[in-house]
Amino acid sequence: MPTPKEGLGLNPILQDPALAIHPPVLSLGYVGSSIIFSSALAGVTLNYISKDWAKHIKSWVFISWIFLTLGILLGSIWAYYELGWGGFWFWDPVENVSLMPWLSLTTLLHCILVLEKRNILNSWAIILSITTFALSMCGTFLVRSGILNSVHTFANDPERGLFILIFLFILIFLSFFVFFFFHKNENKTLINLNWVSKETAILINNWFMMYFLIVVLIGTVYPIFLEVITSEKISVGPPFFHKLIIPFLIPFLIFMAIGPQLKWIKSNLKNKLYLILFLIISFILTVLIVKNLSINFFTNTILLTAAFFLFFITVRDFFKKKFSNLSQNISHFGFSLLILSILFNNIFSSEIITNLKIGETFVSDKFKISFNDIKQKDEQNYKAIIGKFEVIDSKGSNLIMSPELRIYNQPNIVTSEADIKTNLLTDKFMTMNLVQNQDYFNIRYQIKPFMAWIWISVILICFGGLISLFKKKYEN
Amino acid sequence: MKLFKYLLITFFVINYNSLNAQDIKLENKITKNLRCLICQGQSIYDSDSEFANSLKLVVKKKLESGDSEEQIYDFLQQKYGEWILYDPKFNKNTYFLWLLPILMFIIGGAIIFKLFIIKKNN
Amino acid sequence: MKTKIYPIFLIFVFSIIFFLFYKGLKNSNIYTPNFKSQINIPKFQAKDFENNKTINSEDIFLDDKFYLLNIWASWCVPCREEHKFLMNLHKEKLIDIIGLNYKDNHLKAKKFLDDLKSPYKIILKDLDGTIAIEWGAYGVPETFLIYNKKIVKKIIGPLNENSILEIKEIIK
Repeated sequence: MPTPKEGLGLNPILQDPALAIHPPVLSLGYVGSSIIFSSALAGVTLNYISKDWAKHIKSWVFISWIFLTLGILLGSIWAYYELGWGGFWFWDPVENVSLMPWLSLTTLLHCILVLEKRNILNSWAIILSITTFALSMCGTFLVRSGILNSVHTFANDPERGLFILIFLFILIFLSFFVFFFFHKNENKTLINLNWVSKETAILINNWFMMYFLIVVLIGTVYPIFLEVITSEKISVGPPFFHKLIIPFLIPFLIFMAIGPQLKWIKSNLKNKLYLILFLIISFILTVLIVKNLSINFFTNTILLTAAFFLFFITVRDFFKKKFSNLSQNISHFGFSLLILSILFNNIFSSEIITNLKIGETFVSDKFKISFNDIKQKDEQNYKAIIGKFEVIDSKGSNLIMSPELRIYNQPNIVTSEADIKTNLLTDKFMTMNLVQNQDYFNIRYQIKPFMAWIWISVILICFGGLISLFKKKYEN
Repeated sequence: MKLFKYLLITFFVINYNSLNAQDIKLENKITKNLRCLICQGQSIYDSDSEFANSLKLVVKKKLESGDSEEQIYDFLQQKYGEWILYDPKFNKNTYFLWLLPILMFIIGGAIIFKLFIIKKNN
Repeated sequence: MKTKIYPIFLIFVFSIIFFLFYKGLKNSNIYTPNFKSQINIPKFQAKDFENNKTINSEDIFLDDKFYLLNIWASWCVPCREEHKFLMNLHKEKLIDIIGLNYKDNHLKAKKFLDDLKSPYKIILKDLDGTIAIEWGAYGVPETFLIYNKKIVKKIIGPLNENSILEIKEIIK
């Protein structure tokens, strides 16, 4: 096929306003990590990594973290609205590549708090600063070089890949040099940790976060290495990540609830009976919700219990401790809300897939979907076929859904635009697709509860971070 | 005896809906685990390409004829290679894939544990 | 000495990682499955294109003879381009060509054959694409060279001069 005179044209999936928002915000997050990286390496040469450095770099860590979290959120929202499958996270290599620096940065965020308060974990903070930036660069390499097969690869160029790879490894080896040559580790003997203390809780957080990071990292790059070594090509997809992450998410949520209750240096277990009480309440609530559903009882019960536990503890903290450490409270609350929303969305989602001709109606005991009409519309660079569907649910309320098919002329691609009706409680999601050589369309109608809460909870997490930027001192 | 037969029929009719729902759930679970080979990074469940639609039919037919999930995966792996399965199998190619993260978790735990032991010895 | 081990070890590990990524860049992204030659052909039943009768695969593919199975459709643009190669093979009477009409409209497929002539000894209908999957095909066009009920060669995409030469080499 000869190349068109004026080029191929922008891929229709990218012809969306979100293209102007998601990449820049995400970039700010990545770029922020370069500031932390440079500061860390400079600090190492001057032997400046201490609680003063932590206080100074903390704002930058938070700013970078807020933008990275927002960037990932925007990407998820964009995928949900644009790609038409109703999903928001696919463990796609490009998505993983943005998640990895985020995991490392969140770990660093917690580690910095310990460094600022107690002047320990200096070496670890430096390593995390280097790792976060290295992962950002590694991400750039993996995405832009075309080495991975992903729904997000819009252009690839192995030569550019080689350049990024060499740049990445120069940075890594440079960091090794600076670290091993300049870093004087005097603090080894001063680590004096008590089992029951906030420092230990944060250390445990770091431990789990690093595990999650390694799972995502290995899952993403392993196929590349395997292919080089054995010429066998395997896929590593959602089941892998779910199997390895979810079991560890449960203790992680529980530690996340307990950690903030502990004091620095040494804490005691007196007056902590309410923790057990809330755990029992969470468990009972979960069982009441889950027992009438035909789903995997065991995993869902434990996971929901842990998420509810974190939820109740953070709410209790908000009322008990008022504004002391509001930022951590809100962020952890947001995280519990995120896990709860995702779980409920998973459990209570339903969908109908059917083939309909114009004028036909699909009937089930819960819904009636009538394919009423079809309209054609000519836009500047595409022709749209807009279907008009009437959905009547068992309560009698009806809804008009208008999914679209867009036929672009340059490049010659057909995309399917979903019609999504959002409200706080559920999203109703409909797509329409052509079936080759048939006069009917394939219709997919999904009910997705709590979608809006998934986005809101991430915004809450960011908001918690934002608040901490305005606090003068950590934990007044 | 007649009563028993009626009870049995009633039982199956009542459970038919939930059995049906289970079938669809299993079908969805399988198609979410299969890669659409002509798409860039989509599962068969998500994709609407010709290949994906045909494969969805194949999975449905095989489930109806009594094949188990494992048998369907084996069948497709024979035709298309391991690349089509999103859940990597646990064989000599993937020992490191599955075990390395767990190993790192244990090593991380050991490092932290050592921090406390050092303190005790001081 | 102990403190020297960490940097050396890390540099060693990362050098290997660099090398692996470098090699990975060279590998193509498009996946063609490792073709384990000599897989058995699938056993299936299909309707004949002309008379709608059901035929068993065992009645079509006999032993000691080469066959070519060509998956095509009237809506497939590259199928039009490769058609002349099939016609040439048919004219030279070197091999029996079996057609598998993939997810097609009967009238449109008939028109395709009327326009471009048919090289096929038998044409089978695959209305929902499931037979193509039994063959391990991705879509159209794809061609299989068969001998003694085994797949000897698989060509993904339209036939061209090279693939025809290869086929002719094998069936000698």
